[in-house]
Amino acid sequence: MLQNRPVLDRESTPTAPSLNPFPETIVRRRWFLGRLSPLVGLVLPALLLILWWYVTEVGHLLPANQLPTPGRVWNTGLQLFNSGELYRHLSTSLGRVLTGFAIGAVIALVLGTLVGLLRPVEKLLDPFLQALRNVPSLAWVPFLLLWMGIDEPPKITLIAIGAFFPVYLNLVSGIRQTDRKLVEVGYIFGLNKFALIYRIILPAALPYLLAGLRIGLGQSWLFLVAAELIASTRGLGFMLIDGENSSRPDIMLVAIITLAVLGKLCDWLLQLAEKWLLRWTDTFKGE
Amino acid sequence: MSSLLTIEGVSKSFSGSEILRDVNLAVEPSEIISLLGPSGCGKSTLLRLVAGLDPAHQGQIRVNDLPITAPGRQVGLMFQEPRLFPWLNVRDNVAFGLAPARRAAKDKVVAELLEEVGLSDALRLLPRQLSGGMAQRVALARALAGEPDVLLLDEPFSALDAFTRMRLQDLVLKIWEDYRPTMLLVTHDIEEALYLSDRVVVLGEKPAGVREIIEVKLPRPRNRNDAQLLKLRGQLMAELS
Repeated sequence: MLQNRPVLDRESTPTAPSLNPFPETIVRRRWFLGRLSPLVGLVLPALLLILWWYVTEVGHLLPANQLPTPGRVWNTGLQLFNSGELYRHLSTSLGRVLTGFAIGAVIALVLGTLVGLLRPVEKLLDPFLQALRNVPSLAWVPFLLLWMGIDEPPKITLIAIGAFFPVYLNLVSGIRQTDRKLVEVGYIFGLNKFALIYRIILPAALPYLLAGLRIGLGQSWLFLVAAELIASTRGLGFMLIDGENSSRPDIMLVAIITLAVLGKLCDWLLQLAEKWLLRWTDTFKGE
Repeated sequence: MSSLLTIEGVSKSFSGSEILRDVNLAVEPSEIISLLGPSGCGKSTLLRLVAGLDPAHQGQIRVNDLPITAPGRQVGLMFQEPRLFPWLNVRDNVAFGLAPARRAAKDKVVAELLEEVGLSDALRLLPRQLSGGMAQRVALARALAGEPDVLLLDEPFSALDAFTRMRLQDLVLKIWEDYRPTMLLVTHDIEEALYLSDRVVVLGEKPAGVREIIEVKLPRPRNRNDAQLLKLRGQLMAELS
């Protein structure tokens, strides 16, 4: 909001312009929407819930073995929660995602920094990585299973692959977007190579890196389900397969809703970190 | 005793086209020199050479008798744009420039510099919250923090409105009174050159060399409407057109 931004302007004190370019009515409407904003995000899910309830419970437009009622799914969810089964699947999946994401992101951080900073490394590595990037994720699965068995390693690896590319690509372009004029200031003050990197280039690339991390985390969840659908005995992906095999669409829906909530929660945490770390940016934030 | 900064026979070409030809200049300690010339004549190029940003040139540039081959702490440069680091607040931007010897007393030195440029209460503001004039003041404080032997100013006030520009020119004079830095200022503003400097160096058309040096033997602070300044102004106008 414009009002919370202190602008000390000694140079133009004689006719300090009004900080608020909007007519009063518009500001009032914005304030109203601003107050509601956390709840506004719930409008669509609520409408969907009502539609779901109407289609199944009132209109009986779909048979229960295709789409169970919201009440049924809620009860199944409670049951799975109380028996500890939901927690078991959830924690397994979360553990896999975080491990795979961490591994993929750290490798991307190292390689992305090297490729972004050093042209020879870029020439050596980038074409190869770009080729790998174009392999569809599922194409890795048979090979990873052959190579690593059906235990945890192939799943973690697949998730790490999913997390790697968005982080890598964004970090490289972030480094390359660094304003040459700021780098020149570093030269002027006699900064050495390392100081130049950690005091100027990496901070300048931070917005890109954080965007990459968020996309990478989202990809991790995507690849998690791909991994768990194929070979697993635990996890939310397994719940989906299990529900399919036992004709229990309610279990499948519990798994899907859990995935949605968990994914959103993870992204929200990163979003908070992003907001804090990028509070210095001067960008368009939407009207 | 030799000069603080000497430029000897400096020539510079960019892809076959000669920008500077045989530039010679000696700058004494605590002197303020303005480089004046038609736009595109290579004033800024000369400044970049003195800063060591472009070592590929003919001739020699020396500060305190040491040749400049790379950017370093002996020379400070303030640009046309503030070039503040957007992720650092005002205090950290100024501290960025601190000479290693002064880092122990960081808070004290930064406070003193911000006081000097009149921004004591802006310590925690981010660059995006500053006006153009404030940002240039911070940039000036940052350049001073490095305690350079020579401070180069590359059209530092040309993007500012007339009032702000005059205030910042007065700030430069105040800094000169307090610290007596040696300054080399590139400008296309004749009044600015006459108001601030001991000598005005006029560069010629491309390839530029020193065409004329005009001494301004008036004590500072000067009256902008001083008859003698106006006369010199007319002379420079004729020279440049």
